[in-house]
Amino acid sequence: MTSSLIDSDLESKQQTESEGSPGMEHVDGIIPRRRRVRPLPYTLLFPAVAVLGLMLGYPIVRLVTLSLQKFGLKQQFGAAADWVGLKNFRTILHDPEFWAVLRRTVVFCAVNVALTMALGMAVALLLKRLGAKMRLLVSLGLMLAWSMPALASTVIWQWIFDTQYGIANWALGRQGESWLSNPLTFYFVATIIVVWMGIPFIAFTLYAGLTQIPEEMMEAAAIDGARPWQRFRDIVVPVLKPILLILTSLSVLWDFRVFTQVYVLQRAGGITRDTNLLGVYAYRTSFGGNHFDKGAAIAIIMVAITVLMTMFYLRSMSRTEEL
Amino acid sequence: MTAVLQARDVESDTAIVARPRRRRRNVVPNVLGAVVFLIAAFPVYWMVLTSFRRGADILKAEPEFVPQPGTLANYRKVFKRDYFWTAVKNSLSVTLIVLFLALFIAFLAAVAVSRFRFRGRRAFVIAILIVQMVPAEALIISLFRVLDGWDLINSIIGLSLTYLAFVLPFTIWTLRGFVANVPKELEEAAMTDGSSRFRAFMTITLPLVAPGLVATGVFAFIQAWNEFIFALVIMNKPDKQTLPVWLQAFNEGAKGTDWGGVMAGSTLMAIPVVIFFLLVQRRVVGGLTAGAVKG
Repeated sequence: MTSSLIDSDLESKQQTESEGSPGMEHVDGIIPRRRRVRPLPYTLLFPAVAVLGLMLGYPIVRLVTLSLQKFGLKQQFGAAADWVGLKNFRTILHDPEFWAVLRRTVVFCAVNVALTMALGMAVALLLKRLGAKMRLLVSLGLMLAWSMPALASTVIWQWIFDTQYGIANWALGRQGESWLSNPLTFYFVATIIVVWMGIPFIAFTLYAGLTQIPEEMMEAAAIDGARPWQRFRDIVVPVLKPILLILTSLSVLWDFRVFTQVYVLQRAGGITRDTNLLGVYAYRTSFGGNHFDKGAAIAIIMVAITVLMTMFYLRSMSRTEEL
Repeated sequence: MTAVLQARDVESDTAIVARPRRRRRNVVPNVLGAVVFLIAAFPVYWMVLTSFRRGADILKAEPEFVPQPGTLANYRKVFKRDYFWTAVKNSLSVTLIVLFLALFIAFLAAVAVSRFRFRGRRAFVIAILIVQMVPAEALIISLFRVLDGWDLINSIIGLSLTYLAFVLPFTIWTLRGFVANVPKELEEAAMTDGSSRFRAFMTITLPLVAPGLVATGVFAFIQAWNEFIFALVIMNKPDKQTLPVWLQAFNEGAKGTDWGGVMAGSTLMAIPVVIFFLLVQRRVVGGLTAGAVKG
């Protein structure tokens, strides 16, 4: 209903401005309606909409147009970009390397999410059982890990896994083991970083959820003879289900787009082809290979997958939060 | 900062009193707790420790795990290294610009969304939620082209505007909750007492929303201070680098030999974040779970 009000309000303004137009006679009927459209909320929203439109909306549109054009080195220096339709997408989708990267990204994401969620849950349950002092200590440790900038964390772990002087090799007695030059051990290190950074948030959030479960409920179940595992499965998981859903969706979104960790480790280890994940792959195709068109196409596929996953996230979110 | 943590523990203390438990049963959890603490904190400890080590000690075959008489040489090296101070200056400028603009713009938007009913409100809120999910890594390609077209590559303004756009959705979303929690009736009461709408807002609502502004401000600060990918692409001249990009350049240049210097650099970069983070951590966790659990 309000929608039509704004439209008619705009129309009426145009009509009153063009004097002597036939619209004049309608003005009487419009005036009382116009009062109801308040410009204030729109004024307040304007700066936000302007920034988001220019810096997010427009780049999204530009991403789509880039992916439909031929845009390489020449076009970067001002040559006109030709429209090529879906050619870039066809090239990408016929490229076995893209599928390898996509497969790798999905597996990496799944492994990292599973590890982060499982270990995060374990730490949350542990926090619940600890005494006050120990819990404070563990919380402080988690807080430290959580607050580290992604780049700093990656650099630290890179140092820990350093081939010559890293303490990982010292502890394992494998001096000279080069972790970053083999895809499998490369991902092992990357996973450690991502999971190490991801656990604190999951653990704290789940712990906050655990404290909301009525103590009596757990006790009653214990008296009825429910084993710890049964209590976990039949009480904790169902009660925490909304949080678990949101956390899993968020983790999937975050781990799907991992960039910094992989990028920095690649620079250190020297292998890129076999360790690219989708985000880094799109970046390298565009900035390394000067194929902005194909890079954009990869990015769009990445966004499309993310949007699909977001729908799931929004659905679980809209059940718990009022929009 | 510990006050925040302790406050949390007072409540849990009572929970433990209410549920008597033998001391011995706590051995296993305590050992596990110690392990978790070590895994979580050790890398950070190792970073700080290495940053105070002499070069020769870092490269010793047997690592030392306890602090030894150290050196400040690594920090001196960082301070004297090319572009370190310009990187600090660039990082601070971008961060402060983003912080203030984000708070101001997000606050206006949050008021609009939570105080008014208007056409497009719901669409805006949903857009804010969806936009948060757009991977920045995907947009960097076209954003680079867009900024290039506007001559905003290697520009503090270009980078600040970019960060602003990625920080705004979350700040609006969070502030919206804070503004909505201030009863409208309070403002209306002030207005019937003769205040103007603006005055009522400034004197009643703004002070009540202040904690939310602090929390979201720190969030914006941390985001802008830590961000790496956009800075890497947009600020590609050495004198335009922000701290993370500077550190990564140092890290790459070091070829694995100057770990003392790199750790000193990353310690310096992490300190402000850790401090601010500990200040607001409770709100971050609380904000995300409050609705989810009770709702």
